[in-house]
Amino acid sequence: MAEVHLEKVVKKYGELEVVHGIDLDIGHNEFVVFVGPSGCGKSTTLRMIAGLENISGGNIRIGDRVVNDLPPRARNISMVFQNYALYPHMSVRENLGFSLKIAGKDKAEIEAAVDEAAAILSLTPLLDRKPGELSGGQRQRVAMGRAIVRHPDVFLFDEPLSNLDAKLRTQMRVEIKKLHRKIKTTIIYVTHDQVEAMTLADRIVIMRNGSIEQQGTPLEVFANPVSTFVATFIGSPPMNLIDGVVKGGQVVFSDGTSLPVPPRYSAAEGQRVQYGVRADNIMPIGHALPPEEHMAELDMTVSLSEPLGTETILFGEISDTEIQAKMLNPRPVEPGETMRFQITLDKCHLFDAESGVSLRT
Amino acid sequence: MDANRSHRLRAHGLKLAHLMTLFVAMSIICLPGLWIVLNSFRPTVEIMAKPPIWIPNDLNFDNYRAMFAGAGEGGVPVVTYFMNSLIISVTSTAIAILVGMAGGYAFARYRFRGKSAIFVGLMVTRAVPGVALSLPLFIVYARIGIIDTHFGMILTYVAMNVPFTIWLIDGFFRQVPKELAEAAEIDGCTRWQAFWRVEFPVARAGIASAGIFAFLTSWNEYALASQLTRSVTSKTMPVGLLDFTSEFTLNWGGMCALAVLMIIPALVLTFLVQKHLIAGLTFGGVKG
Ligand SMILES: Nc1ncnc2c1ncn2[C@@H]1O[C@H](COP(=O)(O)OP(=O)(O)OP(=O)(O)O)[C@@H](O)[C@H]1O
Ligand SMILES: [Mg+2]
Repeated sequence: MAEVHLEKVVKKYGELEVVHGIDLDIGHNEFVVFVGPSGCGKSTTLRMIAGLENISGGNIRIGDRVVNDLPPRARNISMVFQNYALYPHMSVRENLGFSLKIAGKDKAEIEAAVDEAAAILSLTPLLDRKPGELSGGQRQRVAMGRAIVRHPDVFLFDEPLSNLDAKLRTQMRVEIKKLHRKIKTTIIYVTHDQVEAMTLADRIVIMRNGSIEQQGTPLEVFANPVSTFVATFIGSPPMNLIDGVVKGGQVVFSDGTSLPVPPRYSAAEGQRVQYGVRADNIMPIGHALPPEEHMAELDMTVSLSEPLGTETILFGEISDTEIQAKMLNPRPVEPGETMRFQITLDKCHLFDAESGVSLRT
Repeated sequence: MDANRSHRLRAHGLKLAHLMTLFVAMSIICLPGLWIVLNSFRPTVEIMAKPPIWIPNDLNFDNYRAMFAGAGEGGVPVVTYFMNSLIISVTSTAIAILVGMAGGYAFARYRFRGKSAIFVGLMVTRAVPGVALSLPLFIVYARIGIIDTHFGMILTYVAMNVPFTIWLIDGFFRQVPKELAEAAEIDGCTRWQAFWRVEFPVARAGIASAGIFAFLTSWNEYALASQLTRSVTSKTMPVGLLDFTSEFTLNWGGMCALAVLMIIPALVLTFLVQKHLIAGLTFGGVKG
């Protein structure tokens, strides 16, 4: 249980700066998820917090201590690695108890802690096996068990689920969330999977090219992305973005169709913009949610449909841009069919075309 | 059904051919060794007989008895030679392994200036034939007065083995994921503890094989030892074999007996360590 503060943290490899002055405050028992595309500096930041990578500038505080120059062992953290990094020459029991043994705890105490962790993660029947004799999911749990036995101040996870198959990943995701409930600890979790980020996080930190692009609760970043980068990264399917020009309160697209500037957004007359609308907010009339206050309508020809059961994703085009729309209570749709769609303007977004920055007021 | 049977027959046939070939190859490889063992139990007349006598009809321990007998009765100081060999081989192997571990670890884990140049340099030293070094070494050793000493021999063998142990051990440490040491550090180890408690045990099999290699090289080395050792104070067993030659005669039986004594420790060692070699490299600590 501790707060973690990053102040202007910089990481350079020689001349190359890969993390550019990150500021971040993480509260007690908060579950923070770093998410971003490959190579954006998530692992590097996490490893700096762990002490596995020294920092080139700024400060890192854990609790009330500045830990900049402390080795990992003095930071009271634990970490789960992407490839688990279990000690292959030790049994599961020894793997779990290793940190306590190093700390010089007596046998009875180690045994009690190992049994407790094993019970939490249902590892008890596997305690006498070697890591080589476990399945991927079991190894994953051992890695988590090794992290929890010491009751660290902070848990660090670096893409712990990326080596598991889809089903197991969903299952472990739930287990991690439950674990956080059970053992209330600050968790910093790295992933490039936005679904994992949305489902696990108290707070999402979206990183891009070594800087923080946006942070907030999953619902905040989903509802109010500060840029097209966040808008397309968070949410599935990604937000539709249509190029247009602002004319008299309308955004006019290249094919002549137009939509009103969404409420709470403002843009200068003649400004080049990108109009953002999620699939959930563009639905064929008759197969949509009940209309809200600000609505718009337009026709679109469906070129492809992907039935998912309770809903169907419809593909169409507005001014040469591919659009994904969602259809509730689906019926079969023939490609080429033109349908009338309703658009929930309250949930639409407007971004500057050049910078990609949100034009929300 | 028929297809299955013919496949099974073929598989059996192939296996048989496989085993036969292996047997023939192994016989060819082992024959000289067996011949030596055999000859060590035979009188010289029988060894030298023409045509060769394949089936021995007079086996005895005479050669061994003579070898352990006092000087002047055909005896040689076997025990002293054995101790010399043991001291020199064990010490030089231990040092070569320690240096090899330090060097191999550095090559596997750290980046430093001139790394590849140093690596190539180490390998090049292996390209120089040992015999070519014997004269320069002899002169230098004679000057500084370490000719015919254990120390001199140990120094030589350490220099001979270190490049190789570094190279081998580097390879083994490369196979140990660096996350293991990082996990250990997070679990509370110092760098030093992380090495000894995690990385070393995981790479132990590789290090053991490098050790066997270094030991056998020192144990069997003849070319340099024959120049740099003079007397019983430092003569090793391979050099000791020459004691059985005199101006006009060659005591083949005695030589073979000493050779057998030389082979035994090497065999025992290999046998002891091979279990580690096979059981060692089972990872599974990381994904897979
Ligand atoms: N040892 C190194 N030397 C030089 N550059 C490095 C080194 N390690 C990482 N980098 C660079 O730092 C940047 C950030 O790397 P990092 O591993 O933090 O990415 P990441 O966000 O974790 O990506 P991924 O999702 O692929 O794991 C990358 O551009 C990478 O090339
Ligand atoms: Mg990473």
